[in-house]
Amino acid sequence: MKKGLFYMFHIKNLRYKDILYIDELKIEEKQVTCIIGQSGGGKTTLLKMLNHMLSPDQGEIVYKGRSLFEWNPIALRREVVMLSQQPVMFEGNIRENLNFGRILSEKEPLDDEKLKEALKFVCLQKKLEDDVEQLSGGEKQRLALARIFLMDPEVFLLDEPTSALDKGTEEKIMDAFIRDARKKEKTVIMVTHSDTIPKTYADKVITIK
Amino acid sequence: MKQEVINIEFWRLSAAYLFVLILILLVKKREIKREKLIVLSTARMTIQLVLVGYILMYIFKNPSPWIVLLVLCFMESFAVYNIFKQLHKPLSKKLKLVIVLSMVIGSLVSLLYFNLIVIHFKPWYEPQYFIPIAGMFIGNSMIGITLGMKEMIENFATQKNLIEGALMLGAKPDAATKPIVNSAFDSAILPTINNMVGMGIVFLPGMMTGQILAGTSPLVAIEYQIVILIGIAGSVGISSFLSLQFGYKTFFNDRFQFIPQNEKEK
Repeated sequence: MKKGLFYMFHIKNLRYKDILYIDELKIEEKQVTCIIGQSGGGKTTLLKMLNHMLSPDQGEIVYKGRSLFEWNPIALRREVVMLSQQPVMFEGNIRENLNFGRILSEKEPLDDEKLKEALKFVCLQKKLEDDVEQLSGGEKQRLALARIFLMDPEVFLLDEPTSALDKGTEEKIMDAFIRDARKKEKTVIMVTHSDTIPKTYADKVITIK
Repeated sequence: MKQEVINIEFWRLSAAYLFVLILILLVKKREIKREKLIVLSTARMTIQLVLVGYILMYIFKNPSPWIVLLVLCFMESFAVYNIFKQLHKPLSKKLKLVIVLSMVIGSLVSLLYFNLIVIHFKPWYEPQYFIPIAGMFIGNSMIGITLGMKEMIENFATQKNLIEGALMLGAKPDAATKPIVNSAFDSAILPTINNMVGMGIVFLPGMMTGQILAGTSPLVAIEYQIVILIGIAGSVGISSFLSLQFGYKTFFNDRFQFIPQNEKEK
């Protein structure tokens, strides 16, 4: 273990149905970890376990030195926020959707200035009043990313955050996102099918078979 | 102006069935193939009503708290059975328990309040009052719970992503399901509320019509009708609210993970 590094997650002997078997896995804090592997290999399942949306059948997941079962699930999910693969849109306009993550997790909503910055951050040229129903798949994905960015959690779990984006946009957004995460010393755990993201940004790459 | 109620003679009652024949002829002509259903429904309606007539006759002549309570239990059980049947889907044990308790508590609270305080009849089990009023409260609560549950269960299945998406962001289960639970409550009580709007203008409600036909002054009849309608609204509101408020919680485990009902069976 390198000096100053601390294990954010420590997984031991994890079993889940016939989807996931992990003997041991350590994920370090304040680093960018990419999870790669074939489709259907259980990558999303693993992220959902870290966010405690699913419980393992066997084995243990330790977060900050305490088993996930010792954490209050809601408090944990507010620290370890997950972005789902299918961007979730709630009824309403872009402003409401950007703030909804903070509202659901009982944080103060942000003013328009901050929300506009977040839109710029994910290269989304839209008005805050626009209805989310009008957005394309890629635009929804970026809006969902901006939403969890605004929640400012300790750990970001990202499930294929750029799957609906073209290479150029992917690069721009990931550059900005990772730079910001490193500056604020966030932990990022990301499932991706992209070839370039792990090479460019990852401190560590985990392959799930 | 009180007058004797006209008793319909037997042959005149039989003559009413002429209209059933007309209905059968009409569907036959249109080839709608509903003859069997019409015959069956008419037969069931006749037999059930004749039976109920004699049973009520007996109960009214021999008023007993035990018989009234027995009838009440029967009505509650039938209502619960009907809700389970109407929902089609496999229901978890917990959800079934929630439905039973909501049905019973919602209708009983309203029944006790309206019987003992508002209408204030004595003795409390006077079957002539107790049974029809209980029937109306329980029947309407049954419809309310069914409509609300149906909407909630369907939306939980189709909008699983939305609920999980909210949980992943750290939402509490009640916040994650709020839009769905609210719209389900809306579906449960809207028919009752809308019913009140058209009352007396679009139609005269069955109970009031019956009382007027039986010679009661329309002013007394509307008194009863107002009381009963408010009672029904209360009963539907309380039972639907309880069933949804405690029902949505059965879709989450103690780790606040969302478990769609039918996946539990696997």
